Amino acid sequence: MSAKLILSMDGAVIKEYPLTKERTTIGRKAHNDIAIDNLAVSGEHAAVITILNDSFFEDLGSTNGSMVNGAPAQKHFLQNADVIEIGKYKLKYLNDQPTQVPSADFEKTMVLRAPPKPSPINLGENFNHTQTNIGVPIVKPEATTQFNTTAPKPEVKAATVATPAVPAAVIQILNGPNLGKELELNKNLTTLGKPGVQVAVLARRPHGFFITHVEGANFPLVNGASVGEQPQQLKDHDIIELAGVKMEFYFKS
Amino acid sequence: MNISEALEIVGQTNPGMVRSHNEDSISFDAQSGLIVLADGMGGYNAGEVASGIAVSVLSSEVKHRLENDEPNNIDTETGEEVGAALLRANVIKANLSIFNAAQSQPQYAGMGTTIVSGLFYDNRVVVAHVGDSRMYRLRGEVFETVTRDHSLLQEQIDSGIISKEMARLSKNKNLVTRAVGIEAGVEPEVHVHDVQVGDIYLFCSDGLNDMVEDDDIGETLKMLQGNLSLAATQLIEQANDNGGRDNVSVILVKVKGSFAAQTGWWAKLKSWFKN
Repeated sequence: MSAKLILSMDGAVIKEYPLTKERTTIGRKAHNDIAIDNLAVSGEHAAVITILNDSFFEDLGSTNGSMVNGAPAQKHFLQNADVIEIGKYKLKYLNDQPTQVPSADFEKTMVLRAPPKPSPINLGENFNHTQTNIGVPIVKPEATTQFNTTAPKPEVKAATVATPAVPAAVIQILNGPNLGKELELNKNLTTLGKPGVQVAVLARRPHGFFITHVEGANFPLVNGASVGEQPQQLKDHDIIELAGVKMEFYFKS
Repeated sequence: MNISEALEIVGQTNPGMVRSHNEDSISFDAQSGLIVLADGMGGYNAGEVASGIAVSVLSSEVKHRLENDEPNNIDTETGEEVGAALLRANVIKANLSIFNAAQSQPQYAGMGTTIVSGLFYDNRVVVAHVGDSRMYRLRGEVFETVTRDHSLLQEQIDSGIISKEMARLSKNKNLVTRAVGIEAGVEPEVHVHDVQVGDIYLFCSDGLNDMVEDDDIGETLKMLQGNLSLAATQLIEQANDNGGRDNVSVILVKVKGSFAAQTGWWAKLKSWFKN
C-alpha cells in the first residue's frame, strides 16, 4: 500500500497522486508529476522524495514558498495526514502504513541488497539530486506469517512505547527523619534504599507495581514478610520495610 | 586482575510476546572475555540456524586461537592486533558458512543474521558488528551507543535527511544494509575502545532498542547496576511490556577491575610454563 497525495482547493478534491516514484515533483510547468497551473506556483516548486515507506517534502526554492501544517517549510519528514499548502492548493499526505505496527511483512528485519562497496546513500544536503542505491529490499520470505498461523498470539498494542495505563501510585514514609514524605511512582522504575547497603526497585508495569530486591544482605519486607529474590506485586496500602525505613504503598485515586 | 575476575557478565534471551521462535543466539565467556550476539532472519527455522552458525563459529574459533595466542599480540598476517584480526576474520568465516549452507539447502535460502561481538582484553574492548545489533556503554552518567547500525535509517540520520528524534517515527525500521550470510562477502565494522573500571556494556538485539527508548534503557542500567542479572531481566520485561514484538536478547558486562595485559618477565615465565 503506497502513500499518496490528495490535491484539493477550497475543500474540493481535484486529484489523487500515488507516491510510487522515488521523486515526485510539484510545480506549474507541465512536466511536473503534479502540475498545478496557477501563477502563485513556481515552475518547479517542490518535490516529495519517497524512500520505501517514508516520504520527505522539500521546497525547491519557490518564489512564494510552501507550508506544511500551517507553518512555512523548507524540508519536512511527512507524517500521515500532514497538509502541504502551495498557494491556495492543498496536498494532503496519506500513508496508512502504521509506524511499528505488526504487519508481518514489515515488522521483520529485512536486508537491503547492499551495494558491492558499502557506501552511504547519497541523500546529503541537497536531495534535489537524490540517488539512492538501495536495491530492492529483500523481504525474508514467509518468516512471521508462517509462525503466526501456529498459535494464537496475544494482541499487540499499536502504541510505540506508550505509558502503561496503570493508576498513579505513591509511597509515603512512615518513620524516621523523612516521616510523612511522599514519593510519586511516576517512572517505570524507582529505586529505594541506599546503594551498597540495601536497595529495592519498584517497577511500574501494565498490570501493576512490583517490588524486587536489588542488592544488600537483607531482603525488603512487605507487610512483615520477606519478599525474597522474586518480584512481588504490591497491593493498595501494603507496608514496605527497607533498611529500617517503613513506608506505605497506595494508589492515588 | 585476571579477566574473569575483572568482568561480570550476564546474558538473557527471550522470544518476546509475539513470536513463537527465538531467532537470536547469544554466547558469552568471562574466561576469554568474548561476547557474541546474533539476530537471525529467514523463513522456517532458518533464522535460528543462521544466528546459531554465527555464534558457534565466532565463539569456538576465537577461543581456540586464544589458547595459544594473546589478543594484544600482533597478527603476522594482517599486521593488526590479534583481537581485532580474530573477530574480523571469523565474522567473514561465519558469513561464508551461512552463505554456503543457504546455497546448498533450499529451506535455508536467503537466511542471514546480524552480529555484534566484543572481545575484552588489556583494558580495552574490540567490537565487530554487522547489521543493527548494538553495543551501548554506560560510563558514569553517560549512556550511549557505541556501534552504529548498518541500517537504512542510520544512513538517513548520518546524511542529515532525518533527525534522531524524527527517526522513531520512521516507517523504515528493520531494514539493514549489511548482514552476515546474505552474500559471499561481508565487511564487518571493527573498532577498539578503551575500557574503564565501572563501565557497563550492553550488547542487544533490536528487539530491545525498538521497544524501549534509549533513555529508559540507560535509566534501568544506572538504577540496577548493583544487580546485573536483575537489570537484564528488567530490560527484557520492559521490551515485553511494551509489546515485545521481536525476540529480545541482552548481554551485560560490568567492568569491576582493571585487566591490563601482563607483559613483565613473570607473565612470560608463566606462559612459558603453560606451553
